[in-house]
Formats: sequence, structure tokens, C-alpha cells
Amino acid sequence: MESKHLTNDFEHQESSLNVRLEVFEGPLDLLLHLIKKNEIDIYNIPITVITQQYLQYLEMMKNLNLDVAGEFLLMAATLLYIKSKMLLPPAEEEPAEEGEEGIEEDPRAELVRRLLEYQRFQEAARDLSKEPLLDRDVFVRKFFEKNLLEGAEEFLAGEATLFDLLEAMKKVLQGIPPEEFQEISLEQMNIKEKIIQIMDRLWETESLTFAELFTASTPRPEILLLFLALLELLRLRLIKVYQSGSFGPIRIFSPIEKEEGHKRIEERIL
Amino acid sequence: MEDFQWKAVIESLIFVSESPLSLDQIKEVLGEVSKKEIQRLLSELQEDCERTQRGVTLVEVAEGFQFRTRPQHAEWIKKLKKTKPVALSRPALETLAIVAYKQPIVRADVEKIRGVDSGGVLRTLLERKLIRILGKKDVPGKPLVYGTSKQFLEMFGLKDLSSLPTLKDLEGLGARPPEEAFSFSGNELNKQEPAATQESGILPGKEAETDEPPAEGAKDSF
Repeated sequence: MESKHLTNDFEHQESSLNVRLEVFEGPLDLLLHLIKKNEIDIYNIPITVITQQYLQYLEMMKNLNLDVAGEFLLMAATLLYIKSKMLLPPAEEEPAEEGEEGIEEDPRAELVRRLLEYQRFQEAARDLSKEPLLDRDVFVRKFFEKNLLEGAEEFLAGEATLFDLLEAMKKVLQGIPPEEFQEISLEQMNIKEKIIQIMDRLWETESLTFAELFTASTPRPEILLLFLALLELLRLRLIKVYQSGSFGPIRIFSPIEKEEGHKRIEERIL
Repeated sequence: MEDFQWKAVIESLIFVSESPLSLDQIKEVLGEVSKKEIQRLLSELQEDCERTQRGVTLVEVAEGFQFRTRPQHAEWIKKLKKTKPVALSRPALETLAIVAYKQPIVRADVEKIRGVDSGGVLRTLLERKLIRILGKKDVPGKPLVYGTSKQFLEMFGLKDLSSLPTLKDLEGLGARPPEEAFSFSGNELNKQEPAATQESGILPGKEAETDEPPAEGAKDSF
């Protein structure tokens, strides 16, 4: 797919290349592309041509003010080194030099080996993605309880009550150091923002513990706001909270899918 | 109980379990029925699903059995569920493939193959629970050793790691078989006719015999 975008990249150097460049994962990917594009025999790479094109590409990246990752530069150096070695008359090399069964015979051999190895895994990745993927091609019944069982084995308990939450909240507030200097902030904090923040994290990770909502540096007003947001979400039934045993960790889940959740937040919270 | 009844019991067990149900788990529940018998009934169940063209198939995945829908029905199911599957990016998929085939593997070795920093991708895969940390390698720096998880097998519908698609040898790119010592697989070299190379005057046949250690071929063909 990526090579489709790239076949004419040299012709359109000025226009919107920044997007296209990103499709190269690294120097090996770029080299494989150049080899394919030029229909080169990988076992007999014309190193001069490839080096030239490779450097052209790097130049282009620089012209576009893109960060040329160190790996690309290292490969450029490798290519130039190989090129210089190819120019030298074939010297009688001690075969034991690297202890690798005469791999040093051809200066390009090591690079070819890496390219082939990398290519194998590119293909393996492609093959893997052709398998019937769960939740893309095939589906299974979904169990909400599965979330509960994952990660924490201690989860046997039922839904947490408001008092459990308050208890947990107290612990959080006790845990933060008393502020010696009160920062006066003009920043308006908004409960809806916090609600969306919590929900986005939930949709990202499936579940959160109560403690994970806060960090050690979360300021007190924000903690309170997050807590209010949590209560509001509970009221709207956008989240479910479970606790394992009394005083155990409280875990928060969202029983609602992302899109539906966003809709509800928009509808019910101003 | 009669055969068909046990079959139905097994079917119900698989139906209610949230993750692939292993033979051992079924055996534990059924008690008196032998594993061999359960195995036979499971195959029968699989055949039943096929023969009657049911909407679900019984699939052996992640060392257990699970009812799954058929790929050709995906379109309708997606319409019902209205959710977009979270796709893996190309770097993620590639890294996952490397970990899958090369595990146990440390980050440095992943990066050696990919030629780029892979810390971020590995972290993403860890977060998505497709790979897991197997331990630490006993070398300076004690790097983490990665392997694939049960979720990986479930996601790709694999019975176990041995059912990974075989790593392809060097095709594509219009490549000739390697005539020099940097061939990966002794098999490949022997199967195909080696072409003489312009650079090296080495006789390919001889080279293959003398310089190709058998261990190398074995290591690389999975």
C-alpha cells in the first residue's frame, strides 16, 4: 500500500511529501522500497545507484525540515562504506576475520542479509493480518465480567456503594501533602471536561482503578472535581464501579461503547 | 448418558465460558468421560457446525475451544455492533510478527531486525496485552524478554504458537537463490538451481556443501 504513494515521490519533491515520507518505517524499509522500485536483484545490488537514491531521499527529508532519524544517517554511512569497499580491488581476506563463514566475501552481504531478514518479517506481518482477526473478521460473545477477571484476581465483590467511594476519596485526600502555598488560579475548571477525560481514559483502557484517576501531583481542587465528575457519571450510569471486599481497590468500568457514550454526555451534561 | 447428550453438555460449557475452554477444563467438569472421548465429541461438534452451515463455528484457539462467527458474516455483525475494530499499525504488526516468531526476544534484537527504535511499539503492544514480559535476560543491563500472550493467539485465531503461518523464505523481489554463504536456508539452496554470480568465482554447489552449517538452516526455518 505504501509503495503506491511513493512511486512518484522524486518527481513531486515540493508537494506534500511530508505525509508520504512517514510511511517509511526505517532505513531498511526505504532500501527495500528502492530495490523494488528499481526492480533490482537483491543479491546483486548496484550499490552506487542505491546509495545515490538513498541520499537523495535523505536530502529531501532535510529540505522538508523533517527530522532525519539517526538510523537513516547510520545506514547512509553504511552504504557509503560498502560503496568504498566495492571500489577497492578484491583483496585476499582472511576468512576467519569475523568468524562468520565467509560473510565478509562481498561487502554487501551483511546488508543483504539484514534486508532479507527484515523482508521476511514484513511478509510475516502481512500474512498475520490476513488471518481471520478477532473483532475484525470473526467475533465471539462478549462478557462484561471478563473485564473484572482480567488483571486482578481479587475481584469477587460486587458494586461499590457511595460510601465505599467516599472512603476511597478520603484516602486520596489524606495522601496528598498539605499545600503550604495556595496557588491562585484563574483557570476555570469544568466538570464536563473532567467527565470526558475520565471516559476517554476508560475507553482507552477498559478499566481504571480509583487510585489511577489521580496522581501524586494532582492539585486538591482537581481531585474534588474529578470526584464530582465520577459521581455524575455514576448517576448517569455511564460507569460502573466495583470493589473487591471492603476497603479493597475500587475499579471503574464503562458498560457503554465510545460513540454511544459521547452522545449521552452531549445530551445530558451541559 | 448417551453420546449425543455429552456432546450437548460440552456445547453448553463452551457457550457459557468467556474464554476458550480447554480440554482439561471440560474434563474437569465432566469427570467420568475420558479425554479421548471428549476430543472425539469436540470434533463431532465441529463437524456439526460445518455440516449444517451454522452461523458459528467451533474453533480451537489459544489451546481451547470457542464458538466464533464466520469471517463471511463480519459485515453484518459490524453493522449490529457499530464499533470499529482497533487496527494495528504497520510497525506494530511488524514488531508483533518479530516477537511472535523470535520469542523469547529482547528489544535490542527486535531493533536489529527492524533497524529502528522499537521501544514505543513494544510498549503499545504490551498495553494492548498482545505481548508480555517473560522475564529478564541474564546479560548486562538485564533487558526484558518479550513473548506473545494468550490474547495474541485469540486475536489471530491461533491454536498455539506452532500454528503460526510458516515464515516464508526468500521470495519476491525477483530474487535469485543465494549463491554465496549468506543464504538462510540450506533447503532452499538445494531445492533451487543456483545461478553463478558475477562477483564471486565460487562454485555454488561446493560452497553450499562446505560452508552451510546445518544448524543455520534449522534455526531459520520455523
